[in-house]
Amino acid sequence: MIQFDRVSKRYPRAGQDGLRGVSLEIPQGELVFVTGHSGAGKSTLLRLIPRLERPSGGRVVVAGVDVGQLPRRRIPLLRQRVGVTFQDHRLLADRSVFANVALPLEITGVPRREAARRVRAALDKVGLLHKESSRPEALSGGEQQRVGIARAVVNRPPVLLADEPTGNLDPGLSEEIMQLFSSFVSIGTTVLIASHDLELIERLGHRTLTLRQGELVGDRPPREVA
Amino acid sequence: MARRPERGATPRRRQTRAEARAQRKALRASRRSEAGAGASLLAGPLLYLFRHRQALTAALQRARGAPLHSVLTSAVVGIALALPAAFALTLDNAERVAGDWQDGAAQISLFLDRDAGPQTLREQAEAAAERAGVAGVEPVTPDAALEEFRAGTDFDAALELLDETPLPPVLVVTADRGLDPGAVAELAESLADDPAVVRMRLDQEWVERLHAIMTLAERALWSIGVLLALAVILVIGNTIRLTIESRRHEIEIVKLIGGGNGFVRRPFLYEGLGYGLTGGLLAWMLTELGRWSLAGPAHRLAATYGTEFTLSGLGPTNGLLLLLGGAVLGVLGAWTAVARHLSAIEPR
Ligand SMILES: Nc1ncnc2c1ncn2[C@@H]1O[C@H](COP(=O)(O)OP(=O)(O)O)[C@@H](O)[C@H]1O
Ligand SMILES: [Mg+2]
Repeated sequence: MIQFDRVSKRYPRAGQDGLRGVSLEIPQGELVFVTGHSGAGKSTLLRLIPRLERPSGGRVVVAGVDVGQLPRRRIPLLRQRVGVTFQDHRLLADRSVFANVALPLEITGVPRREAARRVRAALDKVGLLHKESSRPEALSGGEQQRVGIARAVVNRPPVLLADEPTGNLDPGLSEEIMQLFSSFVSIGTTVLIASHDLELIERLGHRTLTLRQGELVGDRPPREVA
Repeated sequence: MARRPERGATPRRRQTRAEARAQRKALRASRRSEAGAGASLLAGPLLYLFRHRQALTAALQRARGAPLHSVLTSAVVGIALALPAAFALTLDNAERVAGDWQDGAAQISLFLDRDAGPQTLREQAEAAAERAGVAGVEPVTPDAALEEFRAGTDFDAALELLDETPLPPVLVVTADRGLDPGAVAELAESLADDPAVVRMRLDQEWVERLHAIMTLAERALWSIGVLLALAVILVIGNTIRLTIESRRHEIEIVKLIGGGNGFVRRPFLYEGLGYGLTGGLLAWMLTELGRWSLAGPAHRLAATYGTEFTLSGLGPTNGLLLLLGGAVLGVLGAWTAVARHLSAIEPR
């Protein structure tokens, strides 16, 4: 589903290397953690997939499409098919939770009734159906993260990316959020989660990629779970 | 968004069923998207209409979010459009007045000797009527002229003081409509050559002058129109630029989750269209207001000339043209802003 072929990313303005010669392959329906210290390149790796950044070398291929070579006007289509959640949630403060989650459906042109149905299904899935008319700022950090997840999955994208989804949540909540992500794997979604919560990652036992200063230094296969 | 059913209090059993349904559906959808099918359920013209209704709704919501801003922009656009419209109307009415005068202006007044009797007047009239280029001749006896003069003015008392008619007999010769000003002048000269004619008057020079002035005014109207159209484009462009700035965060997020240029652009174009249309409507109303407030004085002025005259307004055709013009300028203005500022916003 996702292939990196000797991908590097250099930030021209800062002269910083985000990623250096990373090659990897993630099959469809797998959940993979990306870990490493702050500044190791986790966010950079994720951002290359929906073309939020363009690789400065190598090839990023998503669902058979060379993302780096994608013409500008086709980028929105790629982004519609890659759901992303952000550490800072990136929700619209002046719209209700419902409207925030409905945004991707508005973009793809899903009729209202159908959209309302899907939004409620997504909110139900993240357990926030009762908050649909609240404003994002009225929610806790964990709830906002879950609204972001609902928005990311409402279009049922084949790829789901999460950048530090448990960044500032307490351990109980973190585990809950991670379980939520795992549940999408069961319907065939490919999930990539950047996190430095090593203890939690270890406990869940999924495949784990480790980055250090932009290089891939570890690729631990999933632990066989009973 | 529209309906907000009391689903929050759904019994547990129904929630699980909904969950199961969502999962099945998601599974199907993910298979579908693997086959390359988009997530959209609409296609072709329906999707097109849906998209535009969506953009219109968004634009209206934004306008409601910043009512003062929107009203001010519409007002400025309305005033800017009303100026050339009012100018054009004034010119149009002036032309109509001038046109009325001009129809009778190709008239040559031949003043005969004061002693010429009604008999001579009639003979002269018949002779003039024979001439080529003459459409009609109206002999005016001094008494008739005096009557007309009395009817038009309040000089009765003054006229009573005169013991004999102060006016000479006059032949009013109407030239053929087809004659150009030069030919009319020639005809007038040859008619004046008759020894019975003491004096000839041809009111033509001022008509020509009036025409020159009208042409000049029309030119001026065009340049003012072009300048104000530019002003409208700039005002709307600037307003849209401000809207884009205030929505930068939202635009970033929309682009982040796959909103294309069209999706982002459309509401702004509708916003510009809205300013143009409401501005055009306001301009129309302003010209009608002006016409209404000038109707009385114009009527009184016309009465002193003994004519009926009503100021004409824009009328439905020109009014709709004004709206259309406003709409076009609105979209153009929005486009200038959108083209320059939207592509500069890239998601972080
Ligand atoms: N937009 C940017 N401009 C310049 N440098 C950047 C930018 N984003 C990331 N970097 C640099 O790239 C490196 C990797 O960053 P990042 O991918 O954010 O790491 P992580 O998410 O693992 O903390 C860091 O050295 C960081 O300073
Ligand atoms: Mg990061």
